[in-house]
Parts: sequence; C-alpha cells; structure tokens
Amino acid sequence: MLEKKPKRRDFLFTASYAVGAVGVGAVVWPLIDQMNPDASVKALASTEVDVSTLKPGNTITVLWRGKPVFIRRRTQDEISEARSVKMEDLIHPEKDEDRAKNPEWLVMLGVCTHLGCVPLNDKGDYDGWFCPCHGSHYDTSGRIRKGPAPLNMEVPKYEFVNANTIKIG
Amino acid sequence: MSEHNYTPASKVGKWFNDRLPLLTLANHLTDYPTPKNLNYWWTFGGILTFCLITQIVTGLTLAMHYIAHADMAFESVEHIMRDVNYGWLIRYIHANGASMFFLAVYIHIFRSLFYGSYKSPREIIWIIGIIIYLLMMAAAFMGYVLPWGQMSFWGATVITNLFSAIPLVGEGIVTWLWGGYSVDNPTLTRFFTLHYLIPFLILGLVVLHIWALHVPGNNNPVGIDIKKPSKDTVPFHPYIVIKDGFALLMFMIVFAFFVFYSPNILGHADNYIEANPMVTPAHIVPEWYLLPFYAILRSVPDKLLGVVAMLSAILILAVLPWLDTSKIRSAVFRPLYKQFYWILVADVLVLGYMGAMPAEGLYLLIARVATAYYFLHFLVVLPLLGFKERTLPVPLSITESVLGGSPNLATAMQKEKIDKLK
Repeated sequence: MLEKKPKRRDFLFTASYAVGAVGVGAVVWPLIDQMNPDASVKALASTEVDVSTLKPGNTITVLWRGKPVFIRRRTQDEISEARSVKMEDLIHPEKDEDRAKNPEWLVMLGVCTHLGCVPLNDKGDYDGWFCPCHGSHYDTSGRIRKGPAPLNMEVPKYEFVNANTIKIG
Repeated sequence: MSEHNYTPASKVGKWFNDRLPLLTLANHLTDYPTPKNLNYWWTFGGILTFCLITQIVTGLTLAMHYIAHADMAFESVEHIMRDVNYGWLIRYIHANGASMFFLAVYIHIFRSLFYGSYKSPREIIWIIGIIIYLLMMAAAFMGYVLPWGQMSFWGATVITNLFSAIPLVGEGIVTWLWGGYSVDNPTLTRFFTLHYLIPFLILGLVVLHIWALHVPGNNNPVGIDIKKPSKDTVPFHPYIVIKDGFALLMFMIVFAFFVFYSPNILGHADNYIEANPMVTPAHIVPEWYLLPFYAILRSVPDKLLGVVAMLSAILILAVLPWLDTSKIRSAVFRPLYKQFYWILVADVLVLGYMGAMPAEGLYLLIARVATAYYFLHFLVVLPLLGFKERTLPVPLSITESVLGGSPNLATAMQKEKIDKLK
C-alpha cells in the first residue's frame, strides 16, 4: 500500500470531528446528569433515631434516604451465634466485630442485596432475616448465607450521638 | 413497494398526488397482493394495531386526570375510578388492554415461529418486531408503576435493581435510574414521561415493520415464495380487511369480557394498597406476560448470571433467523420441528406457571429444567434440525395446495408422476 501523506484537508476533518464530539458531549451530559439525585434529595442525608425503648431481641425499622434501616438490639445468643461463624462458611466474608462495633446494636440497610426487597425479621435458616422475594437467608449479623443475594446487608455510616440516640448518615 | 403506476381519477387528486403521493400509498395499501391462503393466525397484526391505538387513546385520556407524584398518584387513580366520568371504563380498558396487547403479541410471535416467518428474506421485519416487543415490555412495566401501589413500588424496585448486577457501574446506574437512593418521586415522574413516550416510538416502529413487510410480502401457511400479483394472491381490500375485521370482533369479545366481567383478575390485589417503602409484599410477582422471563431470572442462583440469562432469553430471538438452519419455512412440512415447536410452547407455559409460584423446592427444579430446555431449543435443536430433518415435499404454488387437497399428498403424487416419466 502506498503511504498516504496527511494533507491539510485531513487535519481539518480530524479537528472538526474532535470539536464536534466535544460539543455533542457537552450538550448530552446535562441531559443525562439531570436524572441523578438532585440537591434536595442529597440534602436529606441523615436521620436521628431514639432507641431508648428498644428491648433486646427487637428490631425497629426507620426510613433513611427512602430506604428502610434495621436497628436491632441483639440478644446474647444472637451475638455469640454471629461471632462464632467461621469466615470460610460465608459467601461474603465479614467479621461480626466489624459490622457491629457495639455488639448489642446491629444497624444496617434493610435492603436485600439481590434485588432490593425488604427482608423479614426473625426468619430464615440462620435465625436472622429472610427475603421473601427470591429466598435469600441472612444470619444474625445480616450476612448472606444462602440464596441469590451476593452481598451482606450494607452497614451504613452511623454513630451514637448519646446513649439513646443513633444518627444514621 | 410494488411497481404499479397509479393515477388518481380526479384532477384535484392528480394535482395533490403529484406533489405528495399519499393517494399512491393508499392505493398500494388497498391493492397490496396478499397470499390467498392466510389463516386466522395472520389476523393478529391487525389486532395488534388496534391494541396499540386503544392504549394510546385510553392512555391520553387517563393522563388528563392522573397526577404523577408519589403523594398523589395513588389517590388520583382512585379519583379516576370513582369521580371521573367513565374513568373506571377508560382505566379498565387501559389496564386490561395491556394484557390483551401481550396476548395478541404472543400469538403473533408464535405464529411466526410455527410458519417460519422470521426466515430470509424477512429477518428485518422480525428484528423490528423483537424491538417492538422489548419496548412493549418497558412500557408495560413503567405503566404498572404509575398507580403507585405496593406491587408498583416493589416491582419497580426489583426490576431497576436488575441493573445493579452490572459489575462496577451497576450501583451508579441504579441511582441514576432512580434519581435518588430508592424508588421515589423522581423515579415516578420519569417513568410517567417514558411511559408516555414509548407508545409513539412503537407506532413509528410499526410503520417500519409494515413497510419492511410490504417489500417481500406476507409469508403464508405453506411458507413458499409466491408471485405477486398472481393466482395465488388476493388484494388486501376487501378480502383481508373483512377477514381481519371479523377476527378483531371476536378478539374484542374476549377483551370486553375481561373489562366488564373480571377487570381485576389479571392484576394483583396488593396494588390496591398504597406504596410503602418499609414493607415488601410477601410474594412479589410481575404481570402474567412477564412470568416466563421472571422464572428464568429466578432459576439461576447467581445474581449477574440470572440477569444475563433473562435478557438472553429475549435477545436470542433476534438472532433466530440465523440459528434456524432449515431452508423450509413452514412447520407443516417439517415433521420434527413441528414436535419441537409444541414442546417449546409447553416449555414457555411451564416457565410462566413457575414464575408465578414461589422459587423453592420442586417449583425451582422444574423452572431450572424448563430454562435449560428453552436455551437448548434455540441453541442446539434448531441449528441441528436444519441438517438432520427429513422435510416433506413442498407444493410449487398455493393454488396447488388449495385445489389439490392435502398439499403433501398432492405434491407427493405429482413427484411420483414425474419420477415415472423419467
């Protein structure tokens, strides 16, 4: 094949296409990005919850960013059950110590990591949660043990503002 | 389009037609040569056009009363049902119309599968049809979200979460689809917008679908190429118009039965409970027409692979013209394919039933076998059949198959005669 020497016209074509592509991109991006969470949605980032009335073995569900958050005050049995599990038995290995800094309190998004349903309390083969949609079983630490979900239920950023109040987000 | 030259009779008509040949188009559509042996399975194209127009007209009128807002959507639907003049009728026609649309489209698709209508030279018609089918599913799904009931909300949650299976960017895409951190008002308003848009996209594709059809002309029950126009064809008007019209009337009886006697039987009672992000209904099921794909999704224990399997189940149809290696179109002359065809029909029905049942125990096992068979049919059976199957002799023309009684017999006899002469 003959080697073609780039001409002035080739340069003009390439430059025009490049400028055109940047222009199209600049116009298309705002049209795409407008669908991302807006400022008002982002502003609702944290929720404070009073947990003083919660007894051991009970769970409350609160709404945070439109999603349910489970706050469970775990019993001693549940804690020891969660902490005695071997890492190699887990689909998504995470230590209970890392998921619940204060072992009595488990705070996590009540959202099944499969397709986003809300799992049911005190159900399933591992005494934790069971998702009715597609049959995922979670243990007393909210870790996935059986079923199609790939990950443990997510632990959001939270802190104890005082002994009775948890701030999520 | 056919080659005929058309000149309008009136002077005004000619003047107009020289500037915009709409009358030529109308003449092409009325005179369009159609195989004379088309049976009632061929009337569903017309029925589907009727369904699309019904959905657009009822949808437009519903949109005059519906409010796309998370706090008001549920109430506005009840307002339509109770207060708006004939609101109940329009909404029930729209809701059941979606089911009727899918009923008709499934018959239309399975007709194509039986008579090999997807084969050369009709691949583009078929692929446009598959795109229409995908858009129908998108429109139906988003429409189901609009009443903002429990099934709306959780259906939307589950389906949008399918995208989270995509590695790396999945979560970002889901947040982008939602416009938030869960299904909420921004999701509802964009679904309403898209639900309004898609029917018009479908309408445009239907025009292309029919245009592409009018290039080679209709396939027919014996699946042979015919000369057009010839003894084998009749003009579209009045012959096909009347036949389609009669079939449409029969279809409308079924439609009306659902609308007037059991308008909620195809829906789910949970959708009359307002959406609640804190509680998932015990048993989430999609609308009946999506159940086979839902069963495929659930039969795969891995999240990403489940989603891939479900999408492949639909997209595999797009490459069907190249998976089916047989030169013979109609199943009438393919004794083995005919049996596999009916097994596939049964398989899809089984998948549909399993999709409605809880994903556990025997149900799950059957769903898995049926899923495996579904892919086996398209990826193994169809390619092999083209080489292995002994097809029956095909008639040379439609006239022969109509006048000569059983087409197989007539041709076999003719072939025998020819052989004797040799």
